[in-house]
Amino acid sequence: MENRPLEYDYTVAKLFMLTTILTGIVGMLIGVILAFQLAFPEVNTILGSGLAEYTNFSRLRPLHTDAVIFGFTLSGVFATWYYVGQRVLKVSMAESGFLMFIGKLHFVLYIIGVAAVIFSLFAGVTTSKEYAEFEWPIDIAIVVVWVLWGISVFGLIGIRREKSLYISIWYYIATFLGIAMLYLFNNMEIPTMLAASPAGETGFGAWYHSVSMYAGTNDALVQWWYGHNAVAFGFTVPIVAMIYYFLPKESGQAIYSYKLSLLSFWGLMFVYLWAGGHHLIYSTVPDWMQTMGSVFSIVLILPSWGSAINMLLTMKGEWQQVAASPLIKFMVLGSTFYMFSTLEGPIQAIKSVNAIAHFTDWIVGHVHDGVLGWVGFMIMAALYHMAPRVFKREIYSKSLMATQFWIQTLGVVLYFTSMWIAGITQGMMWRAHDEFGNLAYSFIDTVTVLHPYYTIRGVGGLLYLVGFLMFAYNIYKTMTVGRKVEESELQNASPMGA
Amino acid sequence: MNIAELQAYGYFALTAILVLVLYGYIYHLYSKREDADGHDYEEYSNIALKDDVTDTPVSAISDDKEK
Repeated sequence: MENRPLEYDYTVAKLFMLTTILTGIVGMLIGVILAFQLAFPEVNTILGSGLAEYTNFSRLRPLHTDAVIFGFTLSGVFATWYYVGQRVLKVSMAESGFLMFIGKLHFVLYIIGVAAVIFSLFAGVTTSKEYAEFEWPIDIAIVVVWVLWGISVFGLIGIRREKSLYISIWYYIATFLGIAMLYLFNNMEIPTMLAASPAGETGFGAWYHSVSMYAGTNDALVQWWYGHNAVAFGFTVPIVAMIYYFLPKESGQAIYSYKLSLLSFWGLMFVYLWAGGHHLIYSTVPDWMQTMGSVFSIVLILPSWGSAINMLLTMKGEWQQVAASPLIKFMVLGSTFYMFSTLEGPIQAIKSVNAIAHFTDWIVGHVHDGVLGWVGFMIMAALYHMAPRVFKREIYSKSLMATQFWIQTLGVVLYFTSMWIAGITQGMMWRAHDEFGNLAYSFIDTVTVLHPYYTIRGVGGLLYLVGFLMFAYNIYKTMTVGRKVEESELQNASPMGA
Repeated sequence: MNIAELQAYGYFALTAILVLVLYGYIYHLYSKREDADGHDYEEYSNIALKDDVTDTPVSAISDDKEK
């Protein structure tokens, strides 16, 4: 090793890389099981009817969504923050004992929170609000974890050497503030033990149960303001933070237009928070709110494509790198899937399209081309880029990475195409009626027709999971047997073994 | 005027102000090549490209902290 006065300290980043991979495997494995349960209902009781409580679709579904959102994605966000944050602020965590302590405490409490979530959801303890299933004691723990991350973010910014905050830092700050606001307001709840009935009865339910502070339509509005913006500030904003750092760094190309990155950032911040109403089209919320949700969803194409096009143009004149490096392939395809799903979402938010799309599998397809193609690809690419730098070893196998890329791409394509066909078929069949207004099909007719597409979806998901296991293996081998590399080999393109 | 009407007007006014601020910022951004510190905006891409701990910051926070 060269003699260097100071090194970045990746201790906390490494810990979160580990949880990214573990929660990724858990979340995706449960997802594949769920997909096959929909195609083959007997999978619901795969461990026998005695354990059916723990293996049925409804018990596992929140475990899948929460493991992917709060496990895989958030761990990826934290891992990349503890890596990118130091580098673009040009300050090492080794310089502050306090921030190092907070970082480690953040990790430990996060693990305790994850364990509590897994245990309680398996036990069937839930608030029944989608993506906000955790009961109040866990909500409080999550707030503490979030505050610790905030201290890490603003603490590191406070001791920085680089005056200007790189665009990724703005996105990380937005993630912190956005989720903090959304999570607090949507999870306002009253423990049932504190509630009283008109007759004066008190002490309802177990100590950990609660009811939402909002009721009826208000609850739905707050829930989807939260639900949609969890996508915004969990699946979009921090992932854009990642690509703005990792694509230029890995390719050695300056961002095509730094000004466009600033414009897109503030555009996204302005527009995103208003779009949640599109989840409640043709429901009991006021019509103007539904229309506003639709309109803002369409406007959202502009800032989303601003970032995505900025990334693709960053590769201008350097497209041979896409062919040569599987790592760049992941990021370029991730950016393309981002464009694709940010066009698809607004289309689904148009009222007339929504009349067909709502409640169908097309929505599930949309979520997955975003999360598998954009979020998953980008987080894996980020970890691949980080691995040689944090372990000081070359990536174990380039060919394994390339194979993984093609297997997963095929998986994503099978997933979203089958869900398109299934969703639109479903939507059309539900609406079909004869000249007297009698429905043409019963629900079970749609189920029969959809069976092949559900099977294809299960296969697509399985391919993605296989690719993710290859990723985990590649990172494990990188850590343990990858060729040791010097700092001078780590400037741009990541060193890879055959 | 009841509280709901006041909220509605307040909401509209806030939206209008946010629109003006956003467009003002875009105008500011694209009418100038350099920011208040005299740095070309495009130089900031180098914060990622030259991010080794031994690299010189693009815009150092203070000279005494700079390497």
